[in-house]
Amino acid sequence: MKLKPREYARRVQRASPPSPLGKDCLWAFFVGGGICLLGEVLRQWYLAKGLEWELAGTLTSCTLVALSALFTTLGLYQKLAAKAGAGSLVPITGFANAVVSAAIEFKTEGRVLGTGAKMFTIAGPVIVYGTLAAVVYGVVLWGMGAMV
Amino acid sequence: MAARRGDTLLFERMPVIASHAAVGGKKEGEGPLAAEFDELFPDNNCGQANWETAEKILQLRAARLCLKKAHATEKQVSLVLAGDLQAQCTASSYALRELHLPFVGLFGACSTMAEALGLGAALCSAGLADGLLAMTSSHFCAAERQFRTPLSYGAVRTPTAQWTATAAGCCLLHPAGQGVGIAAATFGRVEDYQIKDINNMGAAMAPAAAATLLRYLHDTGQESKDFDAIYTGDLGHLGSRLFREILTAEGLVMKNHIDCGSILYDAARQNVKSGGSGPGCCAAVLCGHILPRLERGSYRRVLFIATGALMSQTTFLQKESIPAIAHLVELRGPECTVRG
Amino acid sequence: MQYFWAFVVGGLICVVGQLLIDLTALTPARVLTGYVVAGVVLSAIGWYAPLAEFAGCGATVPLLGFGHLLAKGVKTAIEEEGAIGILTGGLTAAAAGITTSLVCGVVCSWVGKSHDQN
Repeated sequence: MKLKPREYARRVQRASPPSPLGKDCLWAFFVGGGICLLGEVLRQWYLAKGLEWELAGTLTSCTLVALSALFTTLGLYQKLAAKAGAGSLVPITGFANAVVSAAIEFKTEGRVLGTGAKMFTIAGPVIVYGTLAAVVYGVVLWGMGAMV
Repeated sequence: MAARRGDTLLFERMPVIASHAAVGGKKEGEGPLAAEFDELFPDNNCGQANWETAEKILQLRAARLCLKKAHATEKQVSLVLAGDLQAQCTASSYALRELHLPFVGLFGACSTMAEALGLGAALCSAGLADGLLAMTSSHFCAAERQFRTPLSYGAVRTPTAQWTATAAGCCLLHPAGQGVGIAAATFGRVEDYQIKDINNMGAAMAPAAAATLLRYLHDTGQESKDFDAIYTGDLGHLGSRLFREILTAEGLVMKNHIDCGSILYDAARQNVKSGGSGPGCCAAVLCGHILPRLERGSYRRVLFIATGALMSQTTFLQKESIPAIAHLVELRGPECTVRG
Repeated sequence: MQYFWAFVVGGLICVVGQLLIDLTALTPARVLTGYVVAGVVLSAIGWYAPLAEFAGCGATVPLLGFGHLLAKGVKTAIEEEGAIGILTGGLTAAAAGITTSLVCGVVCSWVGKSHDQN
């Protein structure tokens, strides 16, 4: 065939329908904003209960994680995410969804090597590189402190 | 007798597809081709505890229905050529564990059905097999958890992504007799046009389909308009468009092209993005849609080109591009099985 | 007003993520990993704390906030315990979220089953 890979790449680029950017962003904005708003409502509620600032924040995260786990187990989080995209991916509920969905999915391969080994296949990198970045920051911070 | 011309095998005495069966899952049963399936499972778990076993059931049902429609028994089968997408071809292997027949496992990704028909026809034509089953399957859930993400994980499908069909198709081949004839087979070569987007398989496979079609036309001296329809396996809507564009650039304007992946679902209503895919997709469309039309006489000659993307999760993560292959079989209606 | 800003800031952070997914070749997994690392960096240079103060959960619920939490944890731990804080601070601060996910994952795997998307 006369076709060359470079020319074909251009053709593919031209023929591929782009993601519907406006619609995607609206969904992401309202669902993502909505989840954060829910978090804020929870946090204010915990604060009103007389909990201190840090603890209220921590409990808010835990509650959101638990809610996400519930919706994931019912198969509903995936339905929302199919439309919401980053709106349901970026909040901590997305992190919980990644952990719980993998835990459920791979239970057919056993509790240890299925659920246990595979539950962090998607969420693992977030912890790995987040912690690593924090350690680098800590080294820099400590080094600067030692120099002063 | 058979002859080889270029990459194409010509079967002088055409092996025939004496019987065929298509089974599908839930979404297939809600699609435009629902009425053409022999059996539809309302629940994709097919009564099993996991998706891999469910896919095995699809193959078993397809094989048994195919034999039943031919009023044949398992004893009359001399060889089974089967394949699927699961790692190490396990849907086929476990189905054949129950059928306990001579079995050759094939892997050509979504091109496996044409691969099985081509090889099966060659074996039958040479008199080495009589009563040969060619069968493939795919299962959306089994493929999703193996290749993409857990099913309950919230992932967005890009507009170019395709939907793995939950389906299986099975054909019973004989060296001669009543049925749709297999006149020729062209085994494709691996083509790689440097597509790396795993969510754009149609684009990766379109050049392979075009290359195999051109080679077949060149080998046989036929023209595309000699056929009532030219079916590709699962290029999807985007891949089909690219396939026609490539051929137009080669001076071949296609008016009779239909893609199995594009007709299995209603893309707008069923949210399948670019269309269906998977070895079960074109196998089920072949068995439920194409072969009955040839038998009824509404088609006389058809080309069936199944396309496969041959990467793995590992090579994809290693940033390899996606190699693709397309195998072709030429099918003729029962009244035209004498070459002329 | 706190609620309004939580909604808007949280929504906008998600829109940026959506733009990264739609307009670049980045996969969602990379975007998430990038977000956490970016959160650590933004927190380190002192930008994220004021945002968290201003937008509340709008800043802390997205994964950027997870990075901020890790960085803040390391900072506090170094101040209180010295060098060992480099190793203990991050995951200590994030322990509640990670452990809840882990426990929920295991418990849900007992009761839940893989859901067909068809």
